Amino acid sequence: MRSITIGESTFSCQPDETVLETLLRENVQIPNGCRQGLCQACLMRSLDNSPPVSAQAGLKDTLQKQNYFLACVCHPEQDMTIALPNQRGASIEACVIRKQLLTPDIVHLVLEYQTQFNFFAGQFVNLKRPDGLTRSYSIANIPQHENILEFHIRRLPNGQFSSWVYDELEVGTLLTVSEAQGSCHYLPGREEQPLMLVGTGSGLAPLYGIIADALAQNHSGPIHLFHGSRDLNGLYFIDEMRELAAEFDNFHYTACLSGEDIESGHVRGRAHDIALSSIETLSGWRVFLCGHPEMVNQTKRMAFMKGASMGDIYTDAFHVLQVEK
Amino acid sequence: MSDSQESTANQTLYEKLGGEAAVNAAVDIFYRKVLADYRINRFFDNSDMEKQAAKQKAFLTMAFGGPNNYNGTDMRNAHARLVKMGLNSSHFDAVMEHLGATLIELSVPQELIAQAAAIAESTRNDVLGK
Ligand SMILES: Cc1cc2nc3c(=O)[nH]c(=O)nc-3n(C[C@H](O)[C@H](O)[C@H](O)COP(=O)(O)OP(=O)(O)OC[C@H]3O[C@@H](n4cnc5c(N)ncnc54)[C@H](O)[C@@H]3O)c2cc1C
Ligand code: HEM
Ligand code: FES
Repeated sequence: MRSITIGESTFSCQPDETVLETLLRENVQIPNGCRQGLCQACLMRSLDNSPPVSAQAGLKDTLQKQNYFLACVCHPEQDMTIALPNQRGASIEACVIRKQLLTPDIVHLVLEYQTQFNFFAGQFVNLKRPDGLTRSYSIANIPQHENILEFHIRRLPNGQFSSWVYDELEVGTLLTVSEAQGSCHYLPGREEQPLMLVGTGSGLAPLYGIIADALAQNHSGPIHLFHGSRDLNGLYFIDEMRELAAEFDNFHYTACLSGEDIESGHVRGRAHDIALSSIETLSGWRVFLCGHPEMVNQTKRMAFMKGASMGDIYTDAFHVLQVEK
Repeated sequence: MSDSQESTANQTLYEKLGGEAAVNAAVDIFYRKVLADYRINRFFDNSDMEKQAAKQKAFLTMAFGGPNNYNGTDMRNAHARLVKMGLNSSHFDAVMEHLGATLIELSVPQELIAQAAAIAESTRNDVLGK
């Protein structure tokens, strides 16, 4: 008999029982619907061993890689320690080692950590400052030997966390960093697939990491990045992107400005409009969308209608808490 | 419901259509048609397209005569919210249209399309809460 550990409790899974059946029998509340591995309501994550492959059918590849599985079709092959998607693993501490303005509105923040930390470029973490205030930020670098995490943080007027980072946070401060989350990242395989990436403002952060990852893993298909902002304060890394495009034949970069009356050498228009109108069909493409939630949701639908398969669309909407007025 | 779809050749409709792989091939095509159809797309709230697509997969698996645990009451409950929004027979017909067109696009033989359509059709009263 296999045992299933969730939080502080351990249960034994009867022969023929699924993980969902065991948990429901033990009165653990787990969302569920179809109970046949289709609706994904019972999505859970294995914290130790890889779940049975059959319990991962139909899940996005990035979720499979992170050991997510469907409890209703999971017959454990070994003991499992599991968690609901919103139950978080352990946090680490990281120290601010660099802070630098990228534009008058966007800060490049670099943290260094000492403990073991696993992540994919493009995933996000929750940063917690000493008084407990917590916000999500996307990781802009790929895992390397030097144990650092890079972020691009845009200051919102009166934004509690972002203004604090901008005005007060000092080199040497310790921040608490949650485990890396999210399924918007690059996976190797299908190297010839064309990639379309659209980001607004600091939405470039995860895309920058994803592109670095794809190029480091020898992605050979064309990679088209469209970075947009209303005004010049939201565009950054322009020189870096141009250099990258000069270095890699398959990388193409388009900076877009949607505001009116701005003199610049950049394409005028909204990044997702430019991206979608410049590509005939997205059938067979892999699509990454990050930044403004409205842009992300609208473009997701349009990319799907334009032929991209649902499983090939990866998104990170930068939802901002709406403060009640 | 699906059990009664045993064919003469000892193979279920689901198997003949190609099983899970066929559902996977059909779901994007079907969902694209539904979203593009102004008559019915308001029922398909796309705040979470991933979840919606998964539910369309459940729909197709059922119509293909595949394994499913849905009964009439489940179908009533799943669509009750939509009936409140005004779901009626004309919307049901539209979905039937897209199901047929999807299968034609996948070059499924006419006789199998008819069988899938019959399964979907058999849920009409439950889906419409009648
Ligand atoms: C998965 C995820 C990843 C994210 N990644 C990043 C990232 O890499 N970089 C990044 O900069 N942010 C990112 N964000 C957003 C980030 O988590 C914070 O929400 C953001 O920094 C604002 O927090 P704050 O404490 O400064 O603002 P809060 O104190 O939470 O206040 C925000 C206030 O600003 C208002 N507001 C919203 N948008 C605007 C606007 N455009 N102009 C003026 N006011 C506005 C809101 O109504 C609200 O009242 C991400 C969010 C998510 C969910
Ligand atoms: C033709 C027969 C139909 C069948 C067999 C069917 C089957 C299903 C199934 C199995 C689900 C998933 C239920 C769940 O597990 O949550 C579902 C959900 C859904 N169906 Fe249908 N359906 C049919 C017709 C329709 C029609 C006509 C419409 C609207 C035009 C519709 C709209 C929806 C929507 C919007 C959902 C998702 C509901 C939610 O968000 O929870 N369906 N359907
Ligand atoms: S309950 Fe639907 S996938 Fe598990």
